[in-house]
Amino acid sequence: MDTNGNKYTIIYASVMVVAVAVMLAIAATQLKPFQDANILIEKKQNILKSVNIVADSKQANDLFSNTIKELFIVNSKGEKVEGDAFKVDLKVEHSKHIDQRKLPVYVADMGEKGKVYIIPLRGAGLWGPIWGYVALSSDMNTIYGANFDHQGETPGLGAEINTEKFQKPFIGKTIFDQSGIFTSVIVAKIGEKSDPAHSVDAISGGTITSKGLQKMLYDDLSTYQEFFKTLKK
Amino acid sequence: MSEEEGIFSKKNLKLLTNPLSNANPITVLVLGICSALAVTAQLKPAVVMSLSVTIVTAFSNLIVSLIRNTIPNRIRIIVQLVVVAALVILVDQVLKAFVYDVSKQLSVFVGLIITNCILMGRLEAFALGNKPWPSFLDGIGNGAGYGLILVTIAFFRELLGSGSLWGYKLIPESWYIANGGWYSNNGMMILPPMALIIVGVIIWIQRSRKPELIED
Repeated sequence: MDTNGNKYTIIYASVMVVAVAVMLAIAATQLKPFQDANILIEKKQNILKSVNIVADSKQANDLFSNTIKELFIVNSKGEKVEGDAFKVDLKVEHSKHIDQRKLPVYVADMGEKGKVYIIPLRGAGLWGPIWGYVALSSDMNTIYGANFDHQGETPGLGAEINTEKFQKPFIGKTIFDQSGIFTSVIVAKIGEKSDPAHSVDAISGGTITSKGLQKMLYDDLSTYQEFFKTLKK
Repeated sequence: MSEEEGIFSKKNLKLLTNPLSNANPITVLVLGICSALAVTAQLKPAVVMSLSVTIVTAFSNLIVSLIRNTIPNRIRIIVQLVVVAALVILVDQVLKAFVYDVSKQLSVFVGLIITNCILMGRLEAFALGNKPWPSFLDGIGNGAGYGLILVTIAFFRELLGSGSLWGYKLIPESWYIANGGWYSNNGMMILPPMALIIVGVIIWIQRSRKPELIED
């Protein structure tokens, strides 16, 4: 048989591609449930990390249900709305007008330290999305803990946002100033004038990621302002 | 398989053992260096990467060898790429489903197995001209040869750079300067250039012991 003819080559290529495509499609659909379960566990690990609990993938489910006692959705006016907070996709919500957004809140019971409110965030870094969770103490002002992650920031520079070295300084910072005006947290370069109560050090060499993170904090936390006010009352 | 040649005949065993030393893909053929730099900061990802590459080389060699007489010559590279790409996607999906944390650490490098020169090199040089079983062994051998070097590099990098092996701390906390001791991890070890230097040292040792490997 002539394996170099045009007809043979075209048929060979077509059959091969279809066969491989079918095989991969089957494999992908069969493995999807396992992969989705892993992604959910990772989300739980990230949420737990924002209240300074490090859980491995086996403990995450138990620790999560023991720690996170309440989860609900609010709107920008601070009123509770129906829905499953865990399933809210921030990417979808961000494309909506602010009045229609579903804003998830996770409430962690930290025992003696009282209730901690965890707010999920999503923004843009240099190369792709960045996201994170900020936990606020029950005064709705002081940061209890923070956890950030990214899809593809530059290793050693922007990617440092997922290290403890960057995240730890957030603890104890406040997002409102003394007169109660929302300030968020500034990710400041060395030498930049900023109030130490509302700022952390930026990553040298990761300016765009740092600025993106600062914008993410400001934008997402500001939509919760009304909710924070209702809790303070 | 012909009767006079056993499954593990001398010739076949050589296919397995040669890539471990005299025909090592990394130190002698100098292929697959980029992933050797990228995934060797710790032992665990290095081992998973080695296993993944071994599986992909072995089975792509096997499959290409099985269909070698049917492949149209003009599109043979494309056919090889499709086989390799399909296997790599399978491996990536399996890793994501069952060892998610390792798969996150390896991130793009699993996908980049497709471009690992060892694969295409073995397919072109061996699988296209040999029977399935020897091709399979050749794939295992080369994957193992690659893995041997990766694991060696990762061993030194994790031990000296992080003071641990497989994630377990080996250096007592009290030895560290921060805790009043005298020891400090070598931060250079975690950086990719150190992998290159270790590869260099391995090549140096190997060639000084086997002068026949030295090129003019």
